[in-house]
Amino acid sequence: MTRLPAWADYGLLPALNIALAFLVTGVVVAIIGENPVEALATMVEGAFLFPGGIGYTLFYATNFIFTGLAVAVAYQARLFNIGAEGQAALGGIGAAAVALSLDQVLPGLMVVPLAIAAAAAAGLAWAIVPGWLQAYRGSHIVITTIMFNTIAAGLTVTMLAGALRDPRQPNPQTRQVEEAARLPAIHDLARDLGLEAATSPLTLAFPLALLAAVLVWVLIFRTRWGYALRVMGQSEPAAVYAGIPVRRLTLGAMAVSGALAGLMAVNVILGDAGRLVINFTAGYGFTGIAVALMGRAHPVGVVLAALLFGALFQGGTELDYVYRSISREMVLLIQGLIILFCGALSLMLVPWVARALAAFRGPEDAEGRA
Amino acid sequence: MSLLDTLAAIELREVLLLADSAIRLATPLILCAMAGLVSERAGVIDIGLEGKLLAGAFAAAAVAALTGSPWAGLLAAMVTSLAMAAVHGFACITHRGEQIVSGVAINILASGLTVVIGIALFRQGGQTPSLAADQRFGEIALPLAETLAAVPVLGPVYGDLISGHRLPVYLAFAAVPLVGWLLWRTRFGLSLRAVGEMPAAVDSAGQSVTALRYRAVLLAGLLCGVAGAYLSVAHGGGFVREMSAGKGYIALAAMIMGRWRPWPVLIACLLFGFLEAGAARLQSLEIPGLGTVPNDLVLVLPYVATVLLLAGFFGRAIPPRALGTPYVKER
Repeated sequence: MTRLPAWADYGLLPALNIALAFLVTGVVVAIIGENPVEALATMVEGAFLFPGGIGYTLFYATNFIFTGLAVAVAYQARLFNIGAEGQAALGGIGAAAVALSLDQVLPGLMVVPLAIAAAAAAGLAWAIVPGWLQAYRGSHIVITTIMFNTIAAGLTVTMLAGALRDPRQPNPQTRQVEEAARLPAIHDLARDLGLEAATSPLTLAFPLALLAAVLVWVLIFRTRWGYALRVMGQSEPAAVYAGIPVRRLTLGAMAVSGALAGLMAVNVILGDAGRLVINFTAGYGFTGIAVALMGRAHPVGVVLAALLFGALFQGGTELDYVYRSISREMVLLIQGLIILFCGALSLMLVPWVARALAAFRGPEDAEGRA
Repeated sequence: MSLLDTLAAIELREVLLLADSAIRLATPLILCAMAGLVSERAGVIDIGLEGKLLAGAFAAAAVAALTGSPWAGLLAAMVTSLAMAAVHGFACITHRGEQIVSGVAINILASGLTVVIGIALFRQGGQTPSLAADQRFGEIALPLAETLAAVPVLGPVYGDLISGHRLPVYLAFAAVPLVGWLLWRTRFGLSLRAVGEMPAAVDSAGQSVTALRYRAVLLAGLLCGVAGAYLSVAHGGGFVREMSAGKGYIALAAMIMGRWRPWPVLIACLLFGFLEAGAARLQSLEIPGLGTVPNDLVLVLPYVATVLLLAGFFGRAIPPRALGTPYVKER
């Protein structure tokens, strides 16, 4: 297989693949009869320039950092966690159950950490079962997590129709968590400090997500456990030969992955919305796959990719306002294309880039490379 | 009503109604599960059934609305689904990409594209205009249905259950023996199954692994297209957002439950169809000793069953051996 220098592998190649995804999207926009450049400008404006735009962008990015990290941790061990969507839903049930039963009894400062822990624990539990089934019963984790997504959706609907439902609401949803038991909004904190800040749903969940990214980095690249995880991802036979307990590691990887996915719920249940509604995960678990692939399963890459997707989602809402012919689903198209080009077709451009680099450097370098 | 009372109260007419709606609900599952079976028997994982189904449903409804012909809609659905299958093949076979990632991409692409193009074409929030009766596939009355109506049991069974469905339903039931014949009774089928078990052997016998896998993937695309057309121009009268609603995933589950064999897969599809039809008819299920089980939990039973089967808690589902591994020719 052709080898590329690291900067081309981690910088140039993803950039080219993303450019391809945007190019195809541009073609679709042009076919619809709108100007792709203007549409892009609208998205950038909505995501960064409008008051509160950045807040919304970072709010969406928070979701994607959590789900992206979840997919990335499992992917480091070559496990495909397609189930972040369901694990996040379970995280929502966990967080809502704890927050709603304690918020009128205990002070907010105690409820918030408990609810966060509950979100992580519920997501962990929902992920460790497919992990266990793969490690000890030989069922394929992809199929199991797909099934678990749907089971989680059924479970959420059932909980919202029954135990967790707020009877005063016409639609199945929980009551709102008391203000004191929710994460403070960033714009409130900024105003307390005397700064001007536009209102947005951004809360302290964002720094929490960044902290999670740092911890994941430490875990994967600075601990023995993380090293074992990466060895397993590179070659399972090698890991077995080296005495690494692959089965236990599978459980561990899925546990961490599920906990991260579950934490996504914190941004919603303890954040601006403050309640559990049907389908609050809104496909963010699947976006996590795109984020992880684009970020090459590295925490830094995941955070950057999550920021891009945050901007895309917020920009997409702007498209909805401005155009009659373009809707926010355009973002789903971009997302699908990014998964296609950065994931399934990630190797397509390698020979081309290698040839271009060789031509650019001249023959003497090419010899040194061989 | 308890479960036993419910069962006792059901008469033949009720059973027929239930079976009839089970068949209607099972049809897209059967077509998609056969698609998945063909693709996976050749060694290519097909998570993208859902996306191809959705894209097919949209194309069928859009073209039927524009041309007025359900046949044009069916053709469009097959072409669209085929194109998505070709993308899957290009990524997984030509470029040896991750098959699961490619499938996920197809599903998300279909979610996005159907709404984007739908809004651009019709400006109805992602729906297509509702179709008139002559723009859909009509119900086909089989010969003798009227004549036999008076015969007890046989008459209603033939007239209400077997006769009176729309074209894709019969196509779905025809697809099962056809797939069985193609895969187990032809040379092509033998090679195709071999490519899913041990591609190197097929390669050394002088057959192209790439060509065989492409044919399997594209065939799967065609079948999903028919399923899509069923949803929007036969069973339904138009396209609505996300109308595939997880049916592609249930089909995947049925394919595993049926252990990648056509007749058992058909039975699994019908079982899931019955479950859905039953859950829709009973508002909630009461099991003695356990209390009431809400409808939404009954609907997840196929998924739970698949998980248990895959884990070997009952039976064993062993996938084709080369499933998911791209073929790299030895050099």
